[in-house]
Amino acid sequence: MIKLENVSKEYMTGMPALNNVSLHVRKGEFVFVVGNSGSGKSTLVKLLLKELEPTEGEVIIDNVHLKRLTHRQIPKFRRNIGVVFQDFRLLKDRNVYENIAFAQRVIETPTRYIKRDVPAMLSMVGLAEKYKSFPRQLSGGEQQRVALARALVNKPKILLADEPTGNLDPKNSWEIMKLLEEINQQGTTVLVVTHNREIVNAMKKRVITMRKGVIVSDEKQGGYYDED
Amino acid sequence: MRISTIYYCLKQGIKNIFRNKMFSLASIATMSACIFLFGIFFAVVVNFKHIVKEAQTGVAVTAFFDEGIKEDKINQIIELVKKRAEVDHVNYVSAEDAWKKFQEDYFKNAKELVKGFQNDNPLKDSANLEIYLNDISMQKDLVTFLQSIDGIRQINKSESTAETLSNFNVLIGYISAAIILILLAVSVFLIGNTVTIGISVRKEEIGIMKLIGSTDFFVRAPFIVEGIIIGLLGSIFPLFILYFIYNEAIQYIMQRFNILVKLLQFLPAEKVFSTLIPTALILGVGIGFISSFTVTRKHLKV
Repeated sequence: MIKLENVSKEYMTGMPALNNVSLHVRKGEFVFVVGNSGSGKSTLVKLLLKELEPTEGEVIIDNVHLKRLTHRQIPKFRRNIGVVFQDFRLLKDRNVYENIAFAQRVIETPTRYIKRDVPAMLSMVGLAEKYKSFPRQLSGGEQQRVALARALVNKPKILLADEPTGNLDPKNSWEIMKLLEEINQQGTTVLVVTHNREIVNAMKKRVITMRKGVIVSDEKQGGYYDED
Repeated sequence: MRISTIYYCLKQGIKNIFRNKMFSLASIATMSACIFLFGIFFAVVVNFKHIVKEAQTGVAVTAFFDEGIKEDKINQIIELVKKRAEVDHVNYVSAEDAWKKFQEDYFKNAKELVKGFQNDNPLKDSANLEIYLNDISMQKDLVTFLQSIDGIRQINKSESTAETLSNFNVLIGYISAAIILILLAVSVFLIGNTVTIGISVRKEEIGIMKLIGSTDFFVRAPFIVEGIIIGLLGSIFPLFILYFIYNEAIQYIMQRFNILVKLLQFLPAEKVFSTLIPTALILGVGIGFISSFTVTRKHLKV
C-alpha cells in the first residue's frame, strides 16, 4: 500500500532530512513511526501527501508513482488518504458538521449522502450532540475527534496521523488511539507518527524508529526505546 | 460539475464576506473610493469634451456659390457635402434669405430705406452653404474638398478657432487617458493589496483545503465569488452617491456662476451615467475578479 524506495530529501544541500529510506507498509497494517525531533518523521508524512518532492528515490502509494502525478492529479490522489495533524487544522469559522461535510463537498458528494454520512461519523467519534459547535468551543480531544471524522468520512484506504496525540492529555490520547485501532480493524491502513512512548509500548504494533533521517529499526510488535 | 457544487461555492463566497467583515468592509471602502474618484473624473472629462464639442459645432465653414448658378447644381453640391463623414449638418442660405436677414439685422429701425431696393436684391450673388463639422480637426480636408467642387467660388473659414479647438480636444484626450490609467493602476494596487491581506490571513485554510483533496477550482471559486461581490458593491455605492451629487453640483455651478450659463452646456445625468454605470460595474467586478484570482494562485501550490 505504501512503498518508499531509496528515498532521500534534502532541504539544503548536504543536510538530508531523509537519507536513502526504503519502507513497505502492507494493506491493512497499523504502523507507528517514532523518533526524536529532526529524525525525519514529518518529512516522511509530507512526502506521502506529495506536499514535498523527494530529492531522490520513489514514493509509491496504492500503486501510484507520486513522481508521475501532475498538479491537477494531486487532489484526486489525496482523497484516498485521510490525514490528521497534531494541531487539528480545522476550519475555525465552520462548525463541526461543516468541517466534516467539507471533506465530502470537496469531492462533490451529493448533499443527500453528506446528510447521511456526517451524522454517522459524528456518532462514531462520539460527538453527535456537538455538531453545531465551533472548534474554539471544543476541547483538544474533541477537536482531534472532529479531525479524525473529517479524515475518515470519505472512507480512505490510508490514514496518516502526524502526532495525533501531541496536544492531548493521556485520557484523550488513549481515546484517539482506540478510534484509530477500530478504523484499522475495519481495513484502513494506518500510519501514526508519534512521540508518545507509553501508547506505542502498550499497543504492540509495528514500530519504525527513525534517527537523523534514517530508519534505525523496524519491529513487528516493537516498542519505543531510549535513543542512547 | 454538479449544480450543488456551484451553489455551495456561491454560498461560501457570500458567507466569506460576513465571516471576514472587517476585511470585506475595507475592500469595499477602497473600491468605492477608487470608483468614486474615477466617476468624478469621468463626469468632468465627458462634460468638458461636450462643452468643447458644442463650441466646435458652432464653428461653420461657409461656401459661396458661383454667380448665376442653377438651383439643380446647388442641390447637387449640397447632397455631395452632406455625404462627407466630417459634416454634422448644413444650412443653405439662398440669396433671398441672405437679403431678408440683412434687412432684419440692419434696417430694422429704418424700414423706409428698404423701399429703395424694391424688386432688387443687392445680395443676389451671395447664396451660400453653412457647413457645420462634427470634428473640427477635419476642417482642412473639407476645405480642400470644397475647393475641388465646380460651382463654389469662395470659402470662408476660421483656421485659428478650428486649430485651437482641435488641439484642445487632443489635449483633453491625452490628459484623460493618463489620469484614467493612473487611477486604474492605483485602484488595482490598493484593491489587490487589500485582497492579498484578506486572503493571506486565510492561507492556512487554503492549505487545509488542498491537503484534504480540494481542486484548485474548489478552493478558488468562493474567493472569486467574494471578490466579484465586493467589486460589485464597491462600484454600486459610489455610483449612487455620484448620481445624487451630479445634478446638485451642476445646479450649484449654474447658480453660482450664471455668467457662464451660455458657455457651459453640461450633459444630463442620464447621458453621463449611461456610460459610467456599465464602465464602473465592469471595473469593479473586473478588479475584484482579477485580484482574487491572482492572489489565490500564489497559495494554491500546496
